[in-house]
Amino acid sequence: MSSRWWKINLAVFLLLVGGSLSSAAEPIKIGTFLSVTGPASFLGDPELKTLQMVIGNLNAKGGLLGRKIELIHYDTGGNAKEAVDFVKRLIKSDNVDIIVGGTTSGDTLAVIPDIEKEGIPLISLAGAVDIVEPVKKWVFKVAHSDRMAVAKIYDDLRKRGLTKVALITGDGGFDKSGREQLRKLAPEYGMVIVADEAYGNKDTDMTAQLTKIRATDAQAIINFGFGQAPAMVTKNIKQLGIKLPVYQSHGVASKTFIDLAGDAAEGVRLPAAALVVAEQLPDADLQKPVLLAYKKHYEAQYGPVSTFGGHAYDGVIMAIEAIKRADSVNKATVRDEIEKTKGFIGTAGVFNMTPEDHMGLTLDAFKIVEIRNGGWKIVE
Amino acid sequence: MPEQLFQFLVTGITVGSLYALVGLGFALIYNASDVVNFAQGEFVMLGAMTAIGLLAAGWPLVLAAMAATLLTVLVGLLLERFAIEPAWGASVVATIIITIGAAIFLRGVALLLWGKDFHAMPPFSGDAPIHLGSATLLPQSLWVLGGAVVLVTLVHLFLNRTLVGKALLACSFNRAAAQLVGINVKVMLRLAYGLSAGLGAVAGILIAPITFSSYEAGIMLGLKGFSAAIVGGIGNPMGAVAGGLILGVLEALGAGLISSGYKDAIAFLFVLMVLFFEPTGLFGHKVAERV
Repeated sequence: MSSRWWKINLAVFLLLVGGSLSSAAEPIKIGTFLSVTGPASFLGDPELKTLQMVIGNLNAKGGLLGRKIELIHYDTGGNAKEAVDFVKRLIKSDNVDIIVGGTTSGDTLAVIPDIEKEGIPLISLAGAVDIVEPVKKWVFKVAHSDRMAVAKIYDDLRKRGLTKVALITGDGGFDKSGREQLRKLAPEYGMVIVADEAYGNKDTDMTAQLTKIRATDAQAIINFGFGQAPAMVTKNIKQLGIKLPVYQSHGVASKTFIDLAGDAAEGVRLPAAALVVAEQLPDADLQKPVLLAYKKHYEAQYGPVSTFGGHAYDGVIMAIEAIKRADSVNKATVRDEIEKTKGFIGTAGVFNMTPEDHMGLTLDAFKIVEIRNGGWKIVE
Repeated sequence: MPEQLFQFLVTGITVGSLYALVGLGFALIYNASDVVNFAQGEFVMLGAMTAIGLLAAGWPLVLAAMAATLLTVLVGLLLERFAIEPAWGASVVATIIITIGAAIFLRGVALLLWGKDFHAMPPFSGDAPIHLGSATLLPQSLWVLGGAVVLVTLVHLFLNRTLVGKALLACSFNRAAAQLVGINVKVMLRLAYGLSAGLGAVAGILIAPITFSSYEAGIMLGLKGFSAAIVGGIGNPMGAVAGGLILGVLEALGAGLISSGYKDAIAFLFVLMVLFFEPTGLFGHKVAERV
């Protein structure tokens, strides 16, 4: 009898200990490194807010696989060297299970060697094609590529029967990568580049470059960049009285651009993610409910959404879904599950990952929009 | 080609007058204390951002500009009183480092107040371009040019025609001797910081409709303004204006005639050449070296 009591007591004790151990289980750790300050801060800032929002909500609903999620964040300030240090720290001392981040292409490209060596899944929020081409085993991305933006612009130009284009780009990584794609894809779309001008991203006047463009027989001007410089270019074009169609990149798909460029922005076309025109989408559009939900959620907490915050949303939800399907945080299993992502409706488009394609978006993910009366209008 | 050349010149003068206006602010503090105030760009940013904020709140332009200028003057005075004055007697280099620290601090405060976005300021008198033959310029550029002329004249008159201005210059030439003849050096220094901040703020408000503004705008403007000031001979307000115009025209011609990718390199190469062959600047005082 007494020995039986003893056994029951032991069993109860073990159950209690076991129970308390499992409820105090280590949280699932999602690491991130974003450019929350520095020149790319307007990308990194909404990204971080989105990650905090999504993870906060999920934790309030009980977390993931019965465990809480912990977000560990470092601000790279847009400095690729810092990004490398932070990613090493995330992997080696914070022991994160997965990394969502890399605001800029520069930051992401710099950390890829470490990611591949350590074998940890990375979902990047940056644009450059080089991140996933050639395919790297552990690296995925959810943002549109600059190549897609270029293809979309050229496609629209071709539809309008315009073939002679003048390029004007800044000196940042995004600008340079865009320029490279513009030059590379031109022959494929039958485009002839008649001018190729550059400016510094902190310059306050681009009329000299645009005067040169005016003297060519260009039929359209393409400006690839982000921040205040494209707004300056747009204003200068108007100042010089140049009447050519103007194309901007997806880098300026935010209200700030319209505010800065003012009247000069009227008629400017650009490829943009569906997020900026969510309300204008037909109700049958698969993305519409996702976009409106994210928008409502984000705007209730922080103010106007941007496509960049949307990338963070896509990245972290994709990671969470993969962990759910894997039913563990085993890095190899989670990686395999991310690669199997099919029909995932994000803010950037519908993702279908394959072992050959670690981005999974098609050209449909972009809409050509025109700025009319200070707002966006889908024109395709 | 000549039509293009004319537009390049107009562009150069527009950009140059902007640099000149910022460069002007460096002169006063340098004259009073031999210190290059690296927070000068932040004064420019503060003036612009405050004015933009007040305009957005519905203030009329003139009132917003005046309030923004006064506020920036106050910031300049506080900076002098609580950061520069406690380091009284420190070396020039130490004081310069303090101004760099102050610049970072002011940028941080602006970041907290106004966020990271760029802000636009509506132009004073519309944005219909003015045609000068084949070239165009914005009405705001005339405001900037005019502002530069008025401010440089005022600074010149102040330094050379008023007793207070001369006292300020005296502090720079020989602080001990200035004190001996009864000049209150501390008051002069405060005056210099207050006036410089005011000059910076006015510059910021005049150029904001062209350049936009953000918490970081002071870095680039400060750098270009500083380059303008050293090309022209730092401490000489006329020199700063000439230096700014030269830099602006060089940049525009470089971008237009050679390669837009190298325009900054061309301008900075010129700055280096000037420092190499004329270390005191093109219009600097050719004074005997003080030890």
